[in-house]
Amino acid sequence: MSFLAALSLQAGYNAALVAVGAAMLGFAAGAVGTFLTLRKRALVADALAHATLPGVALAFLAMVALGGDGRSLIGLLAGSALSAGLGLWLIEAMARRTRLPEDAAIGAVLSVFFGAGVVLLTVIQTLSAGRQAGLEGFLLGSTAGMLWQDAVVIAAGGAVALCATYVLRRPLQLLAFDPQQAAALGYDLRRLDLALMALVMAVTVIGLKLVGLVLIVALLIIPAVTARLWSNRSGRMIWLAGGIGALSAYVGAALSASVADVPTGPIMVLIAAAVFAVSLLVAPQRGILAGAIRRARLRRDWA
Amino acid sequence: MDTGVGLAVLKPADSPLTLTGITVAYGEKPVVLAVDAAFEPRAMTAIIGPNGAGKSTLLKAALGIVPRLAGAVTVFGQPLAAARSRIAYVPQRASVDWDFPATVLDVVRMGMYRQVGLLRRFTPAQKARTRACLDRVGMEAFADRQIGQLSGGQQQRVFLARALAQAADLYLLDEPFAGVDAATERALVDVLKTLKAEGRTIVAVHHDLATVRDYFDEVLLINQRRIAMGPVGTTFNRVNLQTTYGGRLGAAQVAEIEAQA
Repeated sequence: MSFLAALSLQAGYNAALVAVGAAMLGFAAGAVGTFLTLRKRALVADALAHATLPGVALAFLAMVALGGDGRSLIGLLAGSALSAGLGLWLIEAMARRTRLPEDAAIGAVLSVFFGAGVVLLTVIQTLSAGRQAGLEGFLLGSTAGMLWQDAVVIAAGGAVALCATYVLRRPLQLLAFDPQQAAALGYDLRRLDLALMALVMAVTVIGLKLVGLVLIVALLIIPAVTARLWSNRSGRMIWLAGGIGALSAYVGAALSASVADVPTGPIMVLIAAAVFAVSLLVAPQRGILAGAIRRARLRRDWA
Repeated sequence: MDTGVGLAVLKPADSPLTLTGITVAYGEKPVVLAVDAAFEPRAMTAIIGPNGAGKSTLLKAALGIVPRLAGAVTVFGQPLAAARSRIAYVPQRASVDWDFPATVLDVVRMGMYRQVGLLRRFTPAQKARTRACLDRVGMEAFADRQIGQLSGGQQQRVFLARALAQAADLYLLDEPFAGVDAATERALVDVLKTLKAEGRTIVAVHHDLATVRDYFDEVLLINQRRIAMGPVGTTFNRVNLQTTYGGRLGAAQVAEIEAQA
């Protein structure tokens, strides 16, 4: 019953706010993810998410060193954005200036940054100040101990990312469909790609606490590829993916708030994956059933 | 090899597109070497050369799509950045993923994104324009069709319609007739000839030597370097072709081309 209460925003003011914040974040992730997947940069987003971990740990240490308790969400998110930015720059630099292929650069940055982050986390666990830091919540996400202002940061950040995606939808569509035409029209491809990655980074950083860095990429990819099953127009995909992302995040947050100790990220991902699986089966044109029916009809008509 | 007389005769301000010393390299491998070219206004010019001669790269370098190692581009006497709105580019059809979620109308509208801007809606007049452009290439019935369902020829028509929507004065096309059927080729050529009649300039990378005389007024022959440039009637000859293709054209092929003259 507590789950139903959480779903209908009856499980308390804080839980309700977290669920609404999660929905906003999920919407932004779906919208940004639409262009991320159309541009085929999903793996870069995954590396970027994993590269946030050392930043979170270092920001915590810095805040503790400065005399705080190190739990300010804004401070931790700022640190994560810095190290994700560094990771992104490294991927770009390696792919551009060396003969290393981009996928190798992505894999190297992802694992090295994540490894460094885990080492730092372990060090923090041994410090007296770090005992109740709850930093391991950033790995798989949690709603536990989430404050009113944390939920507001998440909701507001999601809204800003969504607005920026809407404003950039035309250049991003050109970038994804026909980069050469975009360049010929005078768009700076490098800056457009950077803008797309900045949006991905915004969603990743905002979603760190709630979804966790290991699985945030799923919230960028799964709603978008699900929306592609239902729509043949990228303009509509933004809203569909946003809706699926919002639904998954909302239900995930509500479930996590009502069932103790269940990490939020995995639940959100499983819900999104369920929507995807059903869509894959029943989607009108690109679905498996529709395909089977089309083939059966063809066979009947020509046999 | 000619001496680049065309450059002296045609001042940059008169020419829709002037290229000076364009040099492009991929990695350390030069692809285009110091190519000069001044394209005639209100004419159709073919860029001709063997595979790997740098034809497509020359077009892309002219538009700043690939970086130039050296060289300058002037468009209607202005620097490229100031004159981009007067150019429409049609890339090779195979360069994009046609499974992209867009309808035919969506793709044509993309040609107008620069005019419409980030947030403004398409006005009724602009919507009518996109329809008219589709009509011009004979694709009005396919406006709401998903682009993944189009044949190769239809894809090429849609790309041309997108370029038309830009209302440009200079059209740069990269192998517009590659892999399209005869009927589509005819239709595309007709549209291009109408554009020329309206006073616009067309430059196209072209492969089929047999149709050069039919379709084009001018030729630019290149093989990494500029071999020759001038009117089809005088420049498109045995000597220049054999220089361009390194003597690898069959005698029968050249004889056929010369017989058309």
